[in-house]
Amino acid sequence: MSKVTMTVNGRKMAAEVEGRTLLSGFLREGLELTGTHVGCDTSQCGACVVLVNGQAVKSCTAFAADLEGAEVTTVEGMANPDGSLGNIQQAFQDYHGLQCGYCTPGMVMSTAALLADNPKPTEEEVRHYLEGNICRCTGYQNIVRAVMAASGQDVGALAAE
Amino acid sequence: MYNFDFVKPGSVADAVAALAGEEAQPLSGGQTLIPSMKARLNAPGSLVSLTGIPELVGVCREGDTLVIGAATTHAQVARDAAGDFPGLAALAGQIGDPAVRNKGTIGGSLANNDPSACYPAAALGTGATIVTDRREIAADDYFQGMFTTALEEGEIITSVRLPIPQASAYAKFVQPASRFALTAAFVARYASGVRVAITGASENGVFRWAEAEAALSSDFSANALDGLAHSAHEMIADLHGTAAYRAHLVGVMTRRAVAAAGS
Repeated sequence: MSKVTMTVNGRKMAAEVEGRTLLSGFLREGLELTGTHVGCDTSQCGACVVLVNGQAVKSCTAFAADLEGAEVTTVEGMANPDGSLGNIQQAFQDYHGLQCGYCTPGMVMSTAALLADNPKPTEEEVRHYLEGNICRCTGYQNIVRAVMAASGQDVGALAAE
Repeated sequence: MYNFDFVKPGSVADAVAALAGEEAQPLSGGQTLIPSMKARLNAPGSLVSLTGIPELVGVCREGDTLVIGAATTHAQVARDAAGDFPGLAALAGQIGDPAVRNKGTIGGSLANNDPSACYPAAALGTGATIVTDRREIAADDYFQGMFTTALEEGEIITSVRLPIPQASAYAKFVQPASRFALTAAFVARYASGVRVAITGASENGVFRWAEAEAALSSDFSANALDGLAHSAHEMIADLHGTAAYRAHLVGVMTRRAVAAAGS
C-alpha cells in the first residue's frame, strides 16, 4: 500500500492504494465520491469518465498510483458552489437527458470536456464526441438535446429522429 | 486483477533498469493492458509506468521526418501533427473514443501490435523507424505477426520517426463495438513510390499490399486499382466478417484512401 494524493474537485485529497487500485476505486471507495459510476469495467461504456488534468479519461482504465498529483474533476465537482445543479447538470434535467441515470455522470463529464474544447458544437460533433459513452436506455436524443442546451444553443431547431 | 508492484521512473535509463526485474512489464496509456489484466490474461509482477518521462512525449518535425515520442497520446498526435502530417493526425483522431485517445499512446499501440490497431498501418505505410532504448528498427522488420514485434524482453520504444509523405490518407471501416478497424488502409505517396499498409484484415497482422503499391506508383488514382483484388488467404474470419469479406474490404478501403489523399 502507498499513499496517493490528488486534487479532486479543487480539494487536496489522499487515500491508501495498492498498485492495482483503479482511479474509479480510489474515488468511490478511497474518497467515498460515489457519483462516478462503474458500468462495464471493461473500458467500453464511458459511465466512469472523469476529467484528469482537464481531459476526459475512463477512471476504470487508469491506475490511481499513476496519477499522483493529478487534478481530477468528478460529477460532484460539476455542481455550483452553493450546491445547486451546474449548467450541464441542469440542462440534463431540463431536457430529460437521462432515464435510469446510470450513464449520466460519464455523459456529464464528457460533455464538460467537449464544451471546454468546442463551446458551440454542432449536433453531429456532439454525437461523434459522445461515441464512447453508452446509454443502454438508448436515450440519446434527449442527451444530445441537453448537451446542445448546455452550450447555449437553440434545441428547438434539432430535428427529431 | 492480481496485485503487482507499481513503479514510475523519471528517465529512460531508470525504466530500462526497472524492466530488468523479474516479471516486470512496461505500462504506457494502459488502454489495452489494464483491460487484459482485469481479464487475467496478463499478470505482471511489477508495472513500470512510462508516463512520467518527459523526453518520451512530444511531436516535432526534423526536416522531412515527423518524430513522435513514444508516450505521446493519440489526442496529442491528432492535434500536434495536423499541420505537418494531416493523414497521420486524422488516423490518430479516429482511434477508439475521446477518452481512449487521451490516455493511449503511439508507443503502446506499436508495442502491442494488435492486428486491428490503427498505428501499425501508419508506421508500416510510411516506412517509419521505430527507435528504442538500444537501437533503431525499420518498420518492415519490426512487425512480425499478430501481437508480435521485433522488440526484445525489456526493450522499450522511445520514439517513432515517420517520413512525411507528399500525400496520404487513412480509410478505416470501423468495427462499431470495439472501434478498432474491421479493415483499414493507410496509403502514402512519396517521390520514390507509393506505400500501402493494411490493418484489421490479416491473421499475420499489418501488411503491405505490394500489387497495389506497384499500380499506384505508376498512377496514383483509385482507377489504377481496377481489376486488382486481394486474396482471402490467411485473412481474419470471425463473427464480424468472413475472410472473403475482409479481402473485399482491403480493396474498398485502399480505393477510399487513395481518393481521400487526392493527387
